[in-house]
Amino acid sequence: MISRVELFPGRYHDSVRLMQASKALQEVAGVDDALVAMATELNLSLLGDMGFDLTSVAAGPNDLVLAVRAESEDVIAAAGRVLEEALAHKAVASGGLEAPDPKTAGSAAAVAGANIVLLSVPGEHAFVEAMEALERGYHVMIFSDNVPVAQEQVLKRYGVDRGLLVMGPDCGTAIVNGLGLGFANAVLPGPVGMVGASGTGIQQMCCLLDDAGVGVKHALGTGSHDLSEEIGAAATLQALEALDADPSVEVISVISKPPAAAVADRVRAAAAECGKPVVITFMGEDTLEAGAGAVLAELGRPVPDYAAWTVDQTDHRPGTVRGLFSGGTLRDEARFVAMPIVGDIGTTENDPGHAFIDYGDDEYTQGRAHPMIDQTVRIDRLEATAADTSAGIILMDVVLGYGANPDPAAELTPAIEHAIRKGLAVVVSLCGTRGDPQKRDVQAAALHQAGASVWLSNAAAAAAAARLATAGRDS
Amino acid sequence: MTHLNDLLDNEPVVAAAGTDMLADSIEQQGAAVARADWRPPHPDTAAALARLTADGRMVDANNTAIQRLLAVRPHLVDVGVARDVFPGMSDRTFFHAGPPIEWERASGPMRGAIIGAMLYEGLATDPEDAALKATRGEVELSPCHHHGAVGPMAGVTSPSMPVAVIEDGAGEGVSYSTLNEGLGKVLRYGAFAPEVIERLQWIDRVLGPVLGSALRSRGPIDLQALIAQALQMGDDGHNRNRAVTSLFLREIGGALVDGADAPTDQRLDVFKFIDGNDHFMLNLVMAAGKLGSDAAAGVPASSLVTVMARNGTDFGIRLSGTGDAWFTAPAPPVDGLYLGSFTEEDASPDIGDSTITETVGLGGFAMAAAPAIVGFVGGTAAGAVRRTLAMYEITLEEHPAYQIPMLEFRGTPVGIDAARVVRTGVLPQINTGVAGKVPGTGMVGAGLVEAPIECFVDGINALAETLQ
Repeated sequence: MISRVELFPGRYHDSVRLMQASKALQEVAGVDDALVAMATELNLSLLGDMGFDLTSVAAGPNDLVLAVRAESEDVIAAAGRVLEEALAHKAVASGGLEAPDPKTAGSAAAVAGANIVLLSVPGEHAFVEAMEALERGYHVMIFSDNVPVAQEQVLKRYGVDRGLLVMGPDCGTAIVNGLGLGFANAVLPGPVGMVGASGTGIQQMCCLLDDAGVGVKHALGTGSHDLSEEIGAAATLQALEALDADPSVEVISVISKPPAAAVADRVRAAAAECGKPVVITFMGEDTLEAGAGAVLAELGRPVPDYAAWTVDQTDHRPGTVRGLFSGGTLRDEARFVAMPIVGDIGTTENDPGHAFIDYGDDEYTQGRAHPMIDQTVRIDRLEATAADTSAGIILMDVVLGYGANPDPAAELTPAIEHAIRKGLAVVVSLCGTRGDPQKRDVQAAALHQAGASVWLSNAAAAAAAARLATAGRDS
Repeated sequence: MTHLNDLLDNEPVVAAAGTDMLADSIEQQGAAVARADWRPPHPDTAAALARLTADGRMVDANNTAIQRLLAVRPHLVDVGVARDVFPGMSDRTFFHAGPPIEWERASGPMRGAIIGAMLYEGLATDPEDAALKATRGEVELSPCHHHGAVGPMAGVTSPSMPVAVIEDGAGEGVSYSTLNEGLGKVLRYGAFAPEVIERLQWIDRVLGPVLGSALRSRGPIDLQALIAQALQMGDDGHNRNRAVTSLFLREIGGALVDGADAPTDQRLDVFKFIDGNDHFMLNLVMAAGKLGSDAAAGVPASSLVTVMARNGTDFGIRLSGTGDAWFTAPAPPVDGLYLGSFTEEDASPDIGDSTITETVGLGGFAMAAAPAIVGFVGGTAAGAVRRTLAMYEITLEEHPAYQIPMLEFRGTPVGIDAARVVRTGVLPQINTGVAGKVPGTGMVGAGLVEAPIECFVDGINALAETLQ
C-alpha cells in the first residue's frame, strides 16, 4: 500500500466540490482511502486521523491538499486523472432556469396569467382546488361531478360575492368568447348568449342555431344542480346579468334541466328584468328545438328545416324503442317528446318495454371514459339490443365537438349495420356543427349509409322513433 | 357591468387541472392552456382540507401570520449568559434542538452534546459519569424553541454558555442563540473531547464578553440587512454563511478595535476566531429567523409552519394555528456528501434547529442564491434554481428583503403553508450538516433532506380540529 500526500498551493475549490471529488477518488478501484480538501487545520487533522503522514507538509488554508492511499502507483495516477476530471469545470447541457410544473390549477393560472380555471379533478378534491382559484381571483369551470351540494353552495356564494363565475360542478360544456371548454361544438361568432344548467342542452341549442346560420358569443354552463332549491340558480342569475350587460349579445337563451319550481320563478323574474329578449327553455316544459325557434324569432331569422338524412325504416321488426344515450338532457328530451306518442318509457336497462338509458350517468361510467369519448358500452348495447327480440327500434345520440370521440361514426357503424340486418330500425340524433372537428356532414353520411335515419334535432329524432314504434303497432 | 364581464370581454386564458383530454381540446382550437401537474392530496388530509377550506378563515389567518413574520427587524444587541437571560433556568437545565426528547430516546450526537455540556458545566467527572447521571434523570431537558431560542445541530445550551440576544427593532420580540463554535469536533455535532470543552470555556471567558462589550459600545447590528446582502454574495443562510460572516466582521470590526473593553490579545483572538469560522453567523441567522417565526405564532386557523426542528430522533413542526403542539415523525437520514472516510453508515438522522432558516425563506429555499454549494443538488446551478423555484408552490409570500439575483432579484419563497404541502406533496427542501451517530464523533458531512410529510399531515388534521 502506498500513501501519497500532494500539495497544490493557492488552488481553491469550494468544500462541496471537494467532498464530491473525494467521493469520486474513494470509488476508484484500488484506492483504499483518499481525501482532497483545502488544507485547513480541521482538514489536516482529519488527514492525520486517517493515518497520513503530514510531517513534510507545509500548507495553509489557501492550499489544496490531496492525500491518497492505494495499492499501486498506477492506481494513484488513475486517481489523479479522476481528480482532475472531478474538479474540471463541467458545462451543463441544459443550463436553463425552467421552473418545475405548477402543481395546482391556481398556481398554473398565476404563472400563465390566466383568467379562468378548468377543473376535472376527482369530485372529492374539486372544492379545495376551486376555492383556491376563486381566492386568487379566477373564474372557475368545474367539469368534475360528485361534489357535495354544501361545497357547491360555498363556492357559488363566494363567487357571487366577488363577481366570479362558478360554472359547475358537473358542468360539461361552456363557450367563452368562442372558446369551447369541456364538450363543446365549434360555433360561429354570433349574437346569442346562452346560460345553461345542462351540457348537452347547450350543445343541442348551439347545433340547431348553427344549422340556422346563427352563431353564439358565449354559452356559460352553470352545472346541473344550479337550478336546484339548494343552489337557487346562483350562477345562472349571475351569468344572466353579465350577458345582459354584454353589448355584443342580442338574445339570451337560458336552458336548464327540470328546475325547482320556486327557483324557476326567480329565473323568470330575473329574465323579465333584462334589457334584451330572454328565451327560457326548461326541460320537461319545452323542447330545445322550440327554444331555438324562439331565439331565431327574436332575431328575426327564419326557422329552417333542420338537417336530416332519413331512410324509410317502416319495415323494421316489431318491438319496443330502446334509447342508448350519451347525453342526459338529450335522453330526457327524447322521453319528453316520445312519451305522449308511445306511452311510458323507462330509464333503466331492466325496464321492460320502452326504455331510454343515459350511459353517461355515473352508474355506467365507473372505470371508463364517458360514452361521448368511448363508444364501447354503446356498441355492446347495440349488439345486445339486436339480439333482444323484444326490441324493434334503437334511438341513439351521437355527440360531436371538441372533447368528443374523433370519429364516432366509424366506431358505431358496424354495430348499427348489424342491428339493421337483424331487422331493427336505427334512429340517430346527431348533435354537431359543420365546423366540428369530426365534420357533422361526414359523420351523418356514414351513419346514413349504414342504414340509420339521422336527425340534427334531438326532438325530431325522438318523434321519428316514436312514430316508427306506433306505426309498427298499428300494422 | 360586473367583474364577470371582464371575462366575457377578453380572450379567455385557461389554466387546467385534471384530465388532459380537456386541455388537449383547448389546444385543438388553437388556444393556449396552462396545465397543472396536479395530484390528489395526501389521502389522510382530504377531509381536513375540505373543512379548512369551507371554514374560510385560513386564508386571512395565513396572511396575518406571514405579515407578522415579515414585519420583524432582527437586531443583534448584546451577548448575555444563558442562566441570566432564560428565566427559571436551573443549573441542571439543558436546552436542546428539535421537539421534546428524553435521554432514553436521544440520538448519538444529542447524547454526546449533553455529555459534553455536563463536563463543561462541571456536573460530571468524565463521559461515563455524565451518561450515568443523565440516565438517572439528573439533568432537565427542554427544547430551545420553548424558550425563544434556537441551536444548530444538537443545539445544547447550558447555563454557563454565552447567548446572543436579538431584539425586534420593529416590535417587542426577543430571541436567543448560542455562539457558533466552528466546524469539525464541536459540541453541537456531539463531540466532547477535551479540546471541545476548552473551546467552550474560551467562548464563555473571552468570546462572549468581548463580543457583548463591542456590541454595547457600537449599538445594534441589523441582521436582516446583513443576510439580505449575503444572499447576493452567494450565501443561502444555512449551509453557506461565509459572506454574512465576512459582513458581520466588517460591522463589528471597528468596535472590536476600539470599543470592546478587553486586552488586545483577546480582541485579536475574537477577530481571528470569527474570521476562521465560516459558520460563525449561522446561529445568529437562525435567531433572526426565530424572531420572525415566534411573531407569526398563535394566529387561529393559520396553517403557516412556524417551526421545523429536529433532535436527531424526531423531526417536528409547529403551526401558527395549533398553539404549542408539535407534530413529529422519525427524523429522516440526510442525503449527504461525507468528510474524509466517513460514509452514510456513520451518519446520525437529521438534527438541529437550523431548519428555522428554511422556515423563514433561507437555506434550501434560497438555494438559487448559493451557487458555491450546488454540489448538494447534483452539481448544477440550474438544479439549485429548480429547488428554490419548487418552494414557491408551498409558500405564502416572496420575501421583501431576501432576494435572489439569479431569479431577477425575486424574493425568496417564505412562509410554508402546511395545507399546500399536503395538497401538492411538495416537501420543504432543507440544506443541512450531518453529525456522526456515535456520541463524540462530531461532523461527518453535509447534504440535503426533505421534511417528512407525516408532520404536515398530522398538523393539518389537528388544525382542522381547532375549528369551531
